Amino acid sequence: MQKPKIVSQKVHEMQPSGIRAFFDLVLGMEDVISLGVGEPDFVTPWQIREAGIYSLEEGFTSYTSNKGLYKLRLSVSRYLKNRYGLQYSPDEEILITVGVSEAFDLALRAIINPGDKILIPSPCYVSYGPLVELAGGIPVYIDSKKDAFKLTPKSLEEHIDKKCKALILNYPTNPTGVSYTKKELEGIKNVLLKYKLLCISDEIYGDLTYDFEHTPFPTLSGVKNSTIYLNGFSKSYAMTGWRVGFVCGPKEIIAAMTKIHQYTIMCVSITSQMAACEALQTGRESVEEMKREYKRRRELIVDGLNRLGLSCMKPQGAFYAFPSIKKTGLDCLEFAQRLLKEEKVAVVPGTAFGAEYRDYVRISYASSLENLKEALNRIAVFLKRR
Amino acid sequence: MDEILEILEKDARATPEDIAKMLKKKPQKIKEAIKKFEKEGIILKYKAVINKELIKDTNAEVRALIEVNIMPQKDVGFDKIAERIYSFPEVASCYLISGTYDLLLIVEGKDLHTVSKFVAEKLAPLENIRGTVTHFLLKKYKEDGVILKHKEENKRIAISY
Repeated sequence: MQKPKIVSQKVHEMQPSGIRAFFDLVLGMEDVISLGVGEPDFVTPWQIREAGIYSLEEGFTSYTSNKGLYKLRLSVSRYLKNRYGLQYSPDEEILITVGVSEAFDLALRAIINPGDKILIPSPCYVSYGPLVELAGGIPVYIDSKKDAFKLTPKSLEEHIDKKCKALILNYPTNPTGVSYTKKELEGIKNVLLKYKLLCISDEIYGDLTYDFEHTPFPTLSGVKNSTIYLNGFSKSYAMTGWRVGFVCGPKEIIAAMTKIHQYTIMCVSITSQMAACEALQTGRESVEEMKREYKRRRELIVDGLNRLGLSCMKPQGAFYAFPSIKKTGLDCLEFAQRLLKEEKVAVVPGTAFGAEYRDYVRISYASSLENLKEALNRIAVFLKRR
Repeated sequence: MDEILEILEKDARATPEDIAKMLKKKPQKIKEAIKKFEKEGIILKYKAVINKELIKDTNAEVRALIEVNIMPQKDVGFDKIAERIYSFPEVASCYLISGTYDLLLIVEGKDLHTVSKFVAEKLAPLENIRGTVTHFLLKKYKEDGVILKHKEENKRIAISY
């Protein structure tokens, strides 16, 4: 590779997303039913928006403490205690971040020494690998296809060597919707304890778990001090655009993350923090209502896809289905492009989440029932023509 | 509230087949449940929510909120007189409420004159009615949980991770 003149070598070497051109194609078209959206189709519940507006009226327009408003850290601490029995001190073990995205980046930069390996079950969210590389680490992907897209203790152990520092968990998972029961998590935990590995657990979709109770990783015995727990308001409270999340962990790691955060971000927008306080205080009912709605859509879309022969295991959380398109004989990018051009339905090609998923597409059911039904009809027409 | 009702309250056109898929039940079971709700009067009726302000070349409709003060009758309290009032087709809604007056009516008519005439000639003269206060509605913003404006535009970008 030629040495770039202006851009740094590291950034130059980052792989550009292979499906950027496809994204541009979607954005340039009208009247598309998009099942490619990675955020809720609900707007933020009104009382939360209202709290943001009120904070502006009251003149809350300044910086907050680097760690975030104490009131919000306290609310987060109480919420985790009441809901999961998890104890984190608002003074030393919680940091408010610009969504989980920032928290994730900080966590990596706080723990990685050059050459450290980070284990990532795949398929996975698009930013994990590139951010590990930017932080100087080496991503080690663990393909979970053969195990119904679930990381197993066995496959985890097979990928561990002396250079490994941490495992990234994300459940419910984007893009597959897979989640783990407490028992399954115990198996993974035991391997981490055996090899003294850290866990970065991205549980942004935790509230959207449908078939069993969500178990936060740090609630398992013996791993609270080696787990960095990431969560936020984007998905469960439909607050993606507010960009507010939080991270909880042992104080040594939170202190390290806060060092980076104070120089790069300073603090999260105060308006968003005020709105997030309201979300934790009064938003629970809205979360439950949205969850029921997603669950019903899930049944409809999974049933619909399987009827069409796009075999799809039932996702246990989030708002994604990850059907196989193998029987069409098309590569995922070709499938997505043709479906878009011929029937105006947008889906995300599986290769966005790892090179080996060319037989899959990600379908988001964060869309109205009307749209989902119409999209299924259009996909049926599309398949019939093949 | 039963989830079938929650679905139908949002979309009365949801078919038993779709509801069955969403709730992982047999369509027959859903049909039976809906029949039962209808029979018990829990589901009274299915109707469309219409934004009449957008309908052109039709007679505009006037609505008024009317506060009615009543002298309750022995034995039957407010019910008897309420029945006499809500039986008028002009009365779209009728509620017994607490506070400084007793019944709240929503009355519809094709124009101001018709509504005024109804109040003056039909309602006010009824015995046991001590007085009425009429408020004409000027603009509807939200009705039965539905915000009355043009369809929301989509604000999300069409594709994201």
